[in-house]
Amino acid sequence: MEMKYYSKEHEWVEVKDGEAYVGISVHAAEELGDITFVELPHEGDSCHAGDSLGVVESVKAASDVYAPVSGKIVAVNSQLEDKPEMVNASPEEQAWFCRIAMSDASELDALMDEAAYTAYLNN
Amino acid sequence: MKSIFEQGRAGRRGSTLPQPDVPPAAAIPAALRRRTPPALPEVSELEAMRHFTRLGQRNMGVAANFYPLGSCTMKYNPPFHERLAALPGFAGLHPLLPQLRHGAALTQGALAVIYEAETIISELLGFERTTMQPLAGAHGELCGCMLIAAYHRDHGNTERKVMLIPDAAHGTNPASAAVAGFVIREVASDADGNVDLADLEAKLGPDTAGLMLTCPNTLGLFDPNVREICALVHAAGGLCYCDGANFNAIIGRVRPGDLGFDVMHVNLHKTFATPHGGGGPGSGPVGVNAKLVPYLPVSIVQKRADGTYALEYECERSIGYIAPFYGNFGVILRAYAYLLTLGREGFIRVSENAVLNANYIRVRLAPYYEWKFNRFCMHECVFSAAKQARNGVRALDIAKALIDRGIHPPTIYFPLIVPEALMIEPTETESRETLDEFIQAMIEIAALADKDPAAFHDFPLTTPVSRLDETRAARHPDLTA
Amino acid sequence: MPYIANTDADRREMLRAVGCDSFEQLWTGAGVDLPYPMLENLPRGLSEFEVTRRLEQLASRNHTHLVNFVGLGYYDHLIPAAVGEITRRSEFYTAYTPYQPEASQGTLQAIYEYQSAMSRLTGMPVANASLYDGGTALFEAMMMAVRITRKRRAVISGAVSPIFRKMIQCYSRNLDIELVEVPADGVTSATERLLAAVDERTACVLVQYPNVFGTIEDWTSLVAEVHARKALAICSVYPLALAVLKTPGEMDFDIVTGEGQSLGIPLSFGGPYLGIMAVKQEHMRRMPGRICGRTVDREGREGFVLTLQAREQHIRREHAMSNICSNESLCALSALVYLTCVGRQGLIDVAELCLAKAAFARQELVRIDGVEPVGVGPFFNEFVIRLPGDASEIAGHMIDKGFAVGFPLGRYYPDRKDQLLVAVTEKRTREEIKAMANALEAVL
Repeated sequence: MEMKYYSKEHEWVEVKDGEAYVGISVHAAEELGDITFVELPHEGDSCHAGDSLGVVESVKAASDVYAPVSGKIVAVNSQLEDKPEMVNASPEEQAWFCRIAMSDASELDALMDEAAYTAYLNN
Repeated sequence: MKSIFEQGRAGRRGSTLPQPDVPPAAAIPAALRRRTPPALPEVSELEAMRHFTRLGQRNMGVAANFYPLGSCTMKYNPPFHERLAALPGFAGLHPLLPQLRHGAALTQGALAVIYEAETIISELLGFERTTMQPLAGAHGELCGCMLIAAYHRDHGNTERKVMLIPDAAHGTNPASAAVAGFVIREVASDADGNVDLADLEAKLGPDTAGLMLTCPNTLGLFDPNVREICALVHAAGGLCYCDGANFNAIIGRVRPGDLGFDVMHVNLHKTFATPHGGGGPGSGPVGVNAKLVPYLPVSIVQKRADGTYALEYECERSIGYIAPFYGNFGVILRAYAYLLTLGREGFIRVSENAVLNANYIRVRLAPYYEWKFNRFCMHECVFSAAKQARNGVRALDIAKALIDRGIHPPTIYFPLIVPEALMIEPTETESRETLDEFIQAMIEIAALADKDPAAFHDFPLTTPVSRLDETRAARHPDLTA
Repeated sequence: MPYIANTDADRREMLRAVGCDSFEQLWTGAGVDLPYPMLENLPRGLSEFEVTRRLEQLASRNHTHLVNFVGLGYYDHLIPAAVGEITRRSEFYTAYTPYQPEASQGTLQAIYEYQSAMSRLTGMPVANASLYDGGTALFEAMMMAVRITRKRRAVISGAVSPIFRKMIQCYSRNLDIELVEVPADGVTSATERLLAAVDERTACVLVQYPNVFGTIEDWTSLVAEVHARKALAICSVYPLALAVLKTPGEMDFDIVTGEGQSLGIPLSFGGPYLGIMAVKQEHMRRMPGRICGRTVDREGREGFVLTLQAREQHIRREHAMSNICSNESLCALSALVYLTCVGRQGLIDVAELCLAKAAFARQELVRIDGVEPVGVGPFFNEFVIRLPGDASEIAGHMIDKGFAVGFPLGRYYPDRKDQLLVAVTEKRTREEIKAMANALEAVL
């Protein structure tokens, strides 16, 4: 069972085969409302934890998506460009934004697990 | 309604042209010609007139409807201004004539309009000079920010890169400051939308370039600490920018230059009665005190000792060209006519009546909608529909209910610090009877929100279209026919 | 009091209703306790009649009777009366931004049709609802390229309007943009040198079409080369000329901007004008400014809304695509009504008249002893001639004869003091052109 982590900016990270899948949380998707557009990062680019990876837009709001971990972007989920509604339908499963080959797995320790994130939301 | 491209038929024309009186030109080489003619409309002049007249009938406008759109100052636009702007001596004047030899002599009337409008506005703002160049309010903000940047560069203040902006500010403030190269730092507001002084002091420092403050603020309230705020920013080495979008509240009553501001824009399409035009053209003159005069954009209209006007371009420290010529002259001209009509005794009447009308609405509607401030408002009052929202009727629903009553809705959901905001700005040109009708409509709507909240979700019922699918529009953009 | 409905009696009763005895008390209640300013320096109010008379006098002091051959991007074209009739309808000019789409379908549909007309004219798939003017539009295009390519160097041709170049210099000052100007070559852009200036750090190349000297240049191969270097190609156009010229879309430009004044908007001493912007589909969401889209209402009826607003300042604040908050809506409406009335064939006829009259004028002028043509390339309605002396001085003498004969290029190009840029539109008659040539011959 892979471990899932969350950031304070409402991104989730799930590590599979040493690579980090990144997306936005159910909570974030609900807050934004109907997602109308997703801007993805460029495959092959490097990122540092905290960098903006892209943007999610709804009719009346826009939000940056931040890299929860550092590394190299090895894949992006380009389906989201044509079907942004996937982010509303399945934010934490099908609607991953990108896969990052992590340069420092210890950065995961700074993130929250599901229980901590739920508590964070309730605060 | 069918688009203009779906009307008419091939070969139909809507205008006449002079017959050629010279031989046809040698053909442009085929490689430089477009492959197919542009697919523009082919309709008769009557078809064109009818199409656009009918489109107009699908709009609300100040001439037909009360339009209390907060922070937009939808006052009456006198039609004789339109006639003046169309005079051939103005409408047909080429902007490059003054750049010909002794060219200023060819355009003395137009230069007089710009100079005299500038002089009156400078006096009303309490500033040394005003540039009439900016082409809109946001363009004025950008111009003002560029003046601040130029001032700091000129004074060797290379580290002053931070523009402080209250969180209650309109989004254009941070956007304009960013285009002028500044880093934005937000300053907290208190519950009245006043600047939180402790937070301001904490954020002032050697990196402060300035502060952008809307006065009166975006809640339609006059921040009692304005002078102190300006003093704090100055003491920290920064300059103070006044966003004058709400100047209609204080025209003739308070001169922002006297409060300590260094630079300020006003919107001619708000306070100075020029038409909003469905979203433009606007005009956003920027007034400055003596500190910033050397950096004003070129050209600058100067009055010579003999009473004639000249254009000055050689200003060493000027930020340069923000507009191609002298600003939106046609808009400046209309504002000048307005200034001449009001005269010195008229300005105070504008702000008095604007503030009185807003407070009249405030007092009458306070029993029905949440008003949470402990003082009078200025020219607009920001209610919250939180009470109605608890019943499932949101600010948007109230807006749509007003449309069905022939009233253009107020600004909604701004400022962001008021939940379910309804920002109502009646302006001074509305009569008491119109205000009473509006108040009555709002009271009826509040009663309906109690009794039958579900009814709201179908409003408006009287318009050519019902609520539109904005999600679809943004997901699958259809931007051209 | 002008435009204020409330009488003194109304005001007294309303003051009482809000709990005040006087305006002093009203101001104090709102927190305004400053002394009243002195406004004695300001003039007393005037009646509509007096203001009209004063402005008519001022208008008469402007020399609009000169026969005009000055252009440089701003032209004296015919405007059908229908354009002014429509834009002076209060339903259009007294409305504001269509924030409430159900109450603003007129403005919104007009914007949608304007966007469509711009797209069809430029050959680009999408256009926005307009920007302030041609110069600010070109700057916005440059910044758009900077955002898309994430590079901060821009190459601009010296054959782009000097006014636009000065504006871009002014705006770039605070933005860490490296702006490289490549001087023009005669009346053409120095394409080879322009391309040589494009390196891997370059975001975009900015050119003008026809260029500032009136010359029509085919940019197809330049655009391909620029793309090969991973930069964007941006073109500022004279929209009326596109009635007949190869479109920027056909030349594969990424972003097209332009000054729309030629499309039914009066010269009006410099504004208000119209900033055109159209882009490739892939750049649609990076485009600044307002955009209108077609959608449906709950009953499935077609309707229009402002869309893609998440790009804009009221949502994105300092991260917005631009700080622009309005468009030049009424000017965009003028352009749409103009293009509708003149129509598909009419616009071609206007362009052909411009071409023919400019060619005729050039022929008449170069026949004069001492006047020489500059450049041989095809031109639209503007061309350069060399005069046997200081062009500015000669143009000054021509004013005394009743002609604004052209624009002396020395003002912006110090090495061209003997060159005059002459613009001819469909409004100029054969007689006016001949009289101008005769007057010039006499002056020389």
